Amino acid sequence: MLTVKDLAVSFQTRRGEVDAVRGISFEVSKGEILGIVGESGSGKSVTSYALMRILDAGGTIKAGEATYSGLDLRRSAERDMRDIRGREISMIFQNPRAALNPIRKVGHQIEDVLRHHARATRYDARAKAIAALEAVKIKDAEARYNAYPFELSGGMCQRIVCAIALACDPRLLIADEPTTGLDITTQKAVMDLVRDLIREREMSSILITHDLGLAAQYCDRILVMKDGVIVEQGDPVQIFSTPQHPYSRKRVDATPRAGTGVRSLLPPEDRSAEPILKISDQPLLEVRDLTKTYAGKSGPVHAVKGISFTVNQGQCVGLVGESGCGKSTTSEILVRLMDATSGEVIFDGDDIARVPARAFAKDRRRADIQMVFQDATDSLNPRHTARQTIAEPLRRLGRMRGAKLTARIEELAILVGLPLSLLDRFPHQLSGGQKARVGIARAVALEPKFLILDEPTAALDVSIQAVVLNLLVDLRAKLGLSYLSVSHDLHVVRLLCDHVIVMKDGEIVEQGPAQDVMSNPQSDYTKSLLAAAPKPPQRRVITEENDLENINADAVALHA
Amino acid sequence: MLSSAPRLRAILLRMAQSVPVVVGVVVISFLLTRALPGDPAVYFAGVTADAESIEQTRVAMGLDRPLLQQFFSYVGDLLQGDLGQSLSSGRSVAEDLAKRLPASLELTLTALLLAIAIAVPLGVLAATRPGTSVDHLCRVIVTAGVSLPTFFTGILLIYIFYYLLGIAPSPLGRLDFIYLDPDHVTGFYLIDAALMGDWETWRGAAKQLILPASTLALFTLAPVARMTRAAMLTALSSDFIRTARAAGLSNPTILYRYAFRNALLPVVTTLGMVFSFALGANVLVEKVFAWPGIGSYAVEALVVSDYAAVQGFVLAMALLFVALNLVIDLLYTAIDPRIGFSSR
Repeated sequence: MLTVKDLAVSFQTRRGEVDAVRGISFEVSKGEILGIVGESGSGKSVTSYALMRILDAGGTIKAGEATYSGLDLRRSAERDMRDIRGREISMIFQNPRAALNPIRKVGHQIEDVLRHHARATRYDARAKAIAALEAVKIKDAEARYNAYPFELSGGMCQRIVCAIALACDPRLLIADEPTTGLDITTQKAVMDLVRDLIREREMSSILITHDLGLAAQYCDRILVMKDGVIVEQGDPVQIFSTPQHPYSRKRVDATPRAGTGVRSLLPPEDRSAEPILKISDQPLLEVRDLTKTYAGKSGPVHAVKGISFTVNQGQCVGLVGESGCGKSTTSEILVRLMDATSGEVIFDGDDIARVPARAFAKDRRRADIQMVFQDATDSLNPRHTARQTIAEPLRRLGRMRGAKLTARIEELAILVGLPLSLLDRFPHQLSGGQKARVGIARAVALEPKFLILDEPTAALDVSIQAVVLNLLVDLRAKLGLSYLSVSHDLHVVRLLCDHVIVMKDGEIVEQGPAQDVMSNPQSDYTKSLLAAAPKPPQRRVITEENDLENINADAVALHA
Repeated sequence: MLSSAPRLRAILLRMAQSVPVVVGVVVISFLLTRALPGDPAVYFAGVTADAESIEQTRVAMGLDRPLLQQFFSYVGDLLQGDLGQSLSSGRSVAEDLAKRLPASLELTLTALLLAIAIAVPLGVLAATRPGTSVDHLCRVIVTAGVSLPTFFTGILLIYIFYYLLGIAPSPLGRLDFIYLDPDHVTGFYLIDAALMGDWETWRGAAKQLILPASTLALFTLAPVARMTRAAMLTALSSDFIRTARAAGLSNPTILYRYAFRNALLPVVTTLGMVFSFALGANVLVEKVFAWPGIGSYAVEALVVSDYAAVQGFVLAMALLFVALNLVIDLLYTAIDPRIGFSSR
């Protein structure tokens, strides 16, 4: 149905020509779901834009052929391409809220497409748009027709984007990271919907994602791309069990899944022995009846409704839940950037909730509680070098100056594995993993007792995530830290944490030892979260190499 | 009834919010005019006055009373709609403003419409074809508009169109002396003449208007074109434009229904700002073209410390800005559904 041969795409930039895609060939047959997997910058999205001929300014197809049902996608006239887009091939995008016109009613946006492709007239457009909304299983489609994107949730927006894409019954659907940024249960709902619609209408599809696990679950065949070329292709089970190319092997290793330890995410040659973690029974932090109520537009919003939990010394507690469950509010109260409405936060014997957030910066315990922020890029001052960033807390709270300061900064850089030569670089000159290391170095600079990790790896590629997770485990062992890890990724929590707290609508629905909660969840909500997580196929190769025992032993060692 | 119409209630609320602004303006304009250097009593007593006659003038003008008392009598008059007497023109300030404000507004609004009519399409074209000749033209016009002072462009235009080519009428006021002023309805000559059906006068007024309006338009066009271009570039590189393109929508639909409407918000904001400094820039244009507007009136009043006239001018301007901001806010809500009317 779609044949791509030696496709090459390049961009004209100020620094000259940049090759984004360098000669890739693949086919999509009727009814097939093809997955294209790669990290950002691998050229996977550019490939799809090239097929649709919607490349950004400066991008051109330099060589190769792309044929869709006998039609030359590279050379056909722009007018013909406009007929093909939306009617024959259509796309859904990541970040669905931004992908919709913010100031146009969603119903009208669907009508625009229907009317343009002559699928509806002025008189029946409304009815057909509502039918398109119903097709993507939107409840109360009549009312949603008049909604603006900002009034809808992210998952709902993605359904609308699907409705726009599918309104004219295209034969090929290209999904470009369709669930990035969505909650895990929403991700499953959207992906299931897309898959069902594709199967129902006997369409073909290309699923572009960075998540190998997701691709493996939903695709018939997978291409792995790196630096604009296809390094490996095959069926998902084969790619997972016997990855041929070193790059795909590294990615498969780094994809967290059930039954693996944190060390096994790394390439085999980098795996060192698991550190020994000491967890005492002494509580470091006790949260009692913590409540936070905001004044909202329509009455008070109860973000956190009286939760209680304990973090022991040396323990890592995972706080899991979907957006809006109150996990970020809780972590902000604990790090003392926000005041609680009521409740106690006993840290080292004192109630720190009584110290107002505003005054806590001058409190002596400020240095004891630190945070690693979600987005390594946004949480670093772009005008500060790595050295200045790490020096900040040492100067302000540690009152360090001169040679002592320099020595401590270098000590910290070595601790987090940041090459000393990079210390004088600005954030934009550092890679994602290096920025994460700077953020971690800043957080541990003052030897805190308690570290709050706010989705520390959410913005990172899997292979870098693997390295950062290992670093966090090592630091915990070396410095005797206690963690509260806030995350929506259950696999990450499983790897990092000893104890898991599951939150929903401001309440704790379940908590217990990580292994128990993960393997034997009690509440229905936890069960649905676990069911929604992508399940990559198991690696058979491990059993053959007799590695399974080691890995299980690792996992046991970590959670002992 | 109000609760059932949240939009109306929000508008009323928004208007109520501007009351403290107006009160503040009254106080500040009163104090500022008193703080001005110069003694109006000396000025109005005449050149030959001695100390005694100056004192008499001072008493007659009420300037000998305590400041607070002066303020209360001023506010009292204000509440009755009395803005006081202008000492330099001899007429009541309200009468002067009613005559001169429309002249300024007619000039500014015409200039603004002219600027929008040129700048917005220019900005859109420049944004859709970056790096082409249209884009460069846009850049040249923007640079020229910003860097040429209005009195210079005014004089240049007079030199070319009046002196050299002789197309334009003499730059002396709103209407040539061969025409009669149209009956006062709105004070806008173009509208009043059209209402009377007197097209001869209308043409005469338009001819007088075109040069000063062009001068002012050249000055206001620059920021509008610049902002339109920037806002369109941002809108065109948004994700939703890619969605629209991937859905196969036609270029005009994408450009106008999707990109342009989204780009309008910053353009409207800029328009509001441009309107306010166009009113300020008016003074120079009015001087060059002998336009009997409010700007030249205020400057003359200020020079002779004509308190009532200056206060009247400041108050009128403040009310104008409050009204302008209200209109801009209402425009926002009409363009962007995200700006919640019900949120307050």
